[in-house]
Amino acid sequence: MLTVKAIEKSYEGEPLLNGVSFDVHPSETICLLGPSGSGKSTLLRIIAGLEESEGGEVLWNGRSLADTPAHQRRFGLMFQDYALFPHRNVSENIAFGLRMQKLPPQEIQTRVDSALETINMAGFAHRKVTELSGGEQQRVALARALAPNPRLLMLDEPLGALDRTLREQLSQELRRILHQSKVPAIYVTHDQEEAFAIADRLLLLHHGVILQSGPPHDFYHHPRNVWVAKFFGLGNLVKGTIVAHSPLQVKTHLGLIHPSCDQDPQPIGAEATLLFRPTQASQSPQEMKNRITGRVFDQVFQNGRYHITLQINEQVPDFHVLLTHPVEIGADLAVAYQPADVLCLQNDFGEI
Amino acid sequence: MNTLRKTLFRWLKQPTWRAALFWLLPAAFLVYFFYQPLLALFNLVISPTWGFDLSALDLTPVWRPLSFTVGQALLSTLLTLIIGLPGAWLFAHFTFPGKRTLKILTTLPFILPTVVVAAGFNSLLGPRGWVNLGLMALFDLPTPPVRFLNTFGAILVAHVFYNTTIMIRVVSNAWSQMNIRLRHAAQVLGASPWRTFREVTLPLLRPSILAGTLLVFLFNFTSFGVVLMLGGPQFATLEVEIYTQALHLLNLPLASMLSILQLACTLLITLGHNRVSGLGEMVISPATRTMAARPARTTLERAVIILLVASLFILLVAPLASLALRSFVKLEPTRGERGEVERGLTLQFYRELGVNRRGDLFFVPPIAAARNSFMFALITILITLSLGILVAYALLQNSAINKILDPLMMLPLGASAITLGLGFIIVFNRPPFSTLRFPILIPIAHALVALPFIVRTLSPALRNIPSSLRNAARVLGASPFKVWREVDLPLLAPSLLVSTIFAFTISLGEFGASTFLVRPDYPTMPVAIFRYISQPGALNYGQALAMSTLLMLVCALGIFLIERLQKPGKDTF
Repeated sequence: MLTVKAIEKSYEGEPLLNGVSFDVHPSETICLLGPSGSGKSTLLRIIAGLEESEGGEVLWNGRSLADTPAHQRRFGLMFQDYALFPHRNVSENIAFGLRMQKLPPQEIQTRVDSALETINMAGFAHRKVTELSGGEQQRVALARALAPNPRLLMLDEPLGALDRTLREQLSQELRRILHQSKVPAIYVTHDQEEAFAIADRLLLLHHGVILQSGPPHDFYHHPRNVWVAKFFGLGNLVKGTIVAHSPLQVKTHLGLIHPSCDQDPQPIGAEATLLFRPTQASQSPQEMKNRITGRVFDQVFQNGRYHITLQINEQVPDFHVLLTHPVEIGADLAVAYQPADVLCLQNDFGEI
Repeated sequence: MNTLRKTLFRWLKQPTWRAALFWLLPAAFLVYFFYQPLLALFNLVISPTWGFDLSALDLTPVWRPLSFTVGQALLSTLLTLIIGLPGAWLFAHFTFPGKRTLKILTTLPFILPTVVVAAGFNSLLGPRGWVNLGLMALFDLPTPPVRFLNTFGAILVAHVFYNTTIMIRVVSNAWSQMNIRLRHAAQVLGASPWRTFREVTLPLLRPSILAGTLLVFLFNFTSFGVVLMLGGPQFATLEVEIYTQALHLLNLPLASMLSILQLACTLLITLGHNRVSGLGEMVISPATRTMAARPARTTLERAVIILLVASLFILLVAPLASLALRSFVKLEPTRGERGEVERGLTLQFYRELGVNRRGDLFFVPPIAAARNSFMFALITILITLSLGILVAYALLQNSAINKILDPLMMLPLGASAITLGLGFIIVFNRPPFSTLRFPILIPIAHALVALPFIVRTLSPALRNIPSSLRNAARVLGASPFKVWREVDLPLLAPSLLVSTIFAFTISLGEFGASTFLVRPDYPTMPVAIFRYISQPGALNYGQALAMSTLLMLVCALGIFLIERLQKPGKDTF
């Protein structure tokens, strides 16, 4: 299977990839998530053999691919702009990789037909690719990448160029096709929703390293540090100082808070950041621990709930909670959090 | 009065009427000065009053120049491809020291007058050129050993000089703008580098290679000055034959016949070119990544690049540098000088530009030719710019009449300058346009040659001004005239300047039509150069080279300014 080992690459003198390592297992779809400019596409091109890394190596079943040129790696790559050959029609585009394998014409024909079937474009064989819509081009690009039965499929922001509704629809289709083909896949995107929808396993790339990896729900429940929580927009982040261990207590501008912690907590006196998820605020005033009071500054009805912005004090001017019942703007409001629902995060950008 | 005004206003609100208003003057100009002479040529061929019977025509005087024209054009184009395609590859893929300089150099032939180029090759390889003089001195030979002038090879070399850069520009542009992902996709799908080139790169380049080839073929087909000055009397293209028949043998019907044949051929080639040049634009995604040029990596790459750069430099620089140098060096005795000749650097040729040594009534001092040329160029600028702006605004209107009038306006591009000159002397042989009082026809002919280029520069620039800017100005309270002055004019200014320089250099270097229209005592610079360079005597030769050098400098300055003004990545053809 694919092993990526300590890949390094710089771009115009700045380090872009800083020792990226991960594995891809059989029939697994991993998703490489990161903000734009984080080097995701470069990493894909290095794996494909289109670009050379400055350090580290790419291995297939334990054997280095350093001396295998791109056209002999038998990896599929679907480009962000699809890169369909404008001088060839739909079926000729799909047949390209098969022709390179010198398959007999009959077999090429059958495989192109079945590929067109898979993407629900059976009637489009002789269309010009320049006449296709964005969504159709995307599907042809996928079929072209899959037709030669690659050992590994890489998809570089495959839905990036499409509009929102089409994106949701196609991401489901993509998921179905990837599952059917059982080909191990690396999916690159900067869109979290897309990543959550497609991935068996998620890798978060930031500052040239993999910040966190695991199944999608892990990122939600156990963000590794402040940056991860911020990137996924998990909720209110409030800074504080650790004042006691067992039970953990953190002094913040909201008062003394009792949080929980995934990792070994840092020493007393160290800085920490607390994550309060808006959905986990409870409106019952009896709850005395982790009680937060503030003035209702704004209220918006959203997706069946009330999104309320609280003004706590000068240091914490806006604190967001989602409640089931409306409140009055300008009124005082008290909410409370269970200690298990407040997560204490490290401030640093530690590596795995 | 008020109702009249209202009606007028209502009319002007319709794009068709607005377009018609803008077209009025340019169309009248074209009809009178282009289509009328053209019709006269047709008329001359079919009218029996000249005692010219079409059916009894012996076809040899037509067939011979035609087959030679096609043959030399094919051969020149082939040679151009052989040198130009590697050049295009070089420019698209690599950065190397001197690339900027070479790039500016490649724009030079595009605008250099043919007489200058011919004089350049003459000063390098002609009987008085560097190579021959050097060999004669070295081996003590009595006669020039290299025979270059009046050979077929000379024509081919000059054509390659002219057109290689066109090929390089057209193809390297397409090459470097090709989406690099397409090649990556082919590689990932299992295509080896050679296969990728054959299956992806080459098919995608084909339209631009074809367009470049047709353009080069067209230029070779219509070549006049180069063939006349370097090929000598035994080589006659259609253009040269028209010139000879009309001016030396006074056989106007045959000349007209050849002109019409020439026009038909160039139109056919132009149509073909327009057809294929539209094919190259197949952008299917906005996120297209283009390839960045890079320095050479391997020794082999470096060797190939050095070889290519060196040959391009020699091809482009050698004739021009030798022209400039030769104009400052005295190597032979001038007529009338006795005894030892003082050899060495001299400004004599430049000083002599102001002197009419021969005392001949028809031969004016060369400096007068320069003065004439500048005056004609200024009038050309005036005519082309006013008409060009009108046409650009007419084309901006969303009206069906543009579909008919635009191609009609571009037709002078297909008609050769020789045809134009011939038509002029047939039609305008009486006042007010006879050449007797003032040769106004010369700048008019130059304007006709330059107008399509100027429109092709101004029209896209005008189209690129977003109408939201004009709307914003109007909402902010600007009157239509204020809108034009505050929005259009400043944004159009760079293109106007480029157009001015274009018109100026085209007029300065124009040779074909001018040969028909100049009076002996009123020559333009290229005509004077042609005259002096074909006279015997070292002084005449030196003067011709000195004048060519000056002309070259002015054109080089012009192209340098244009390069500066135009946005990078944009080309004018």
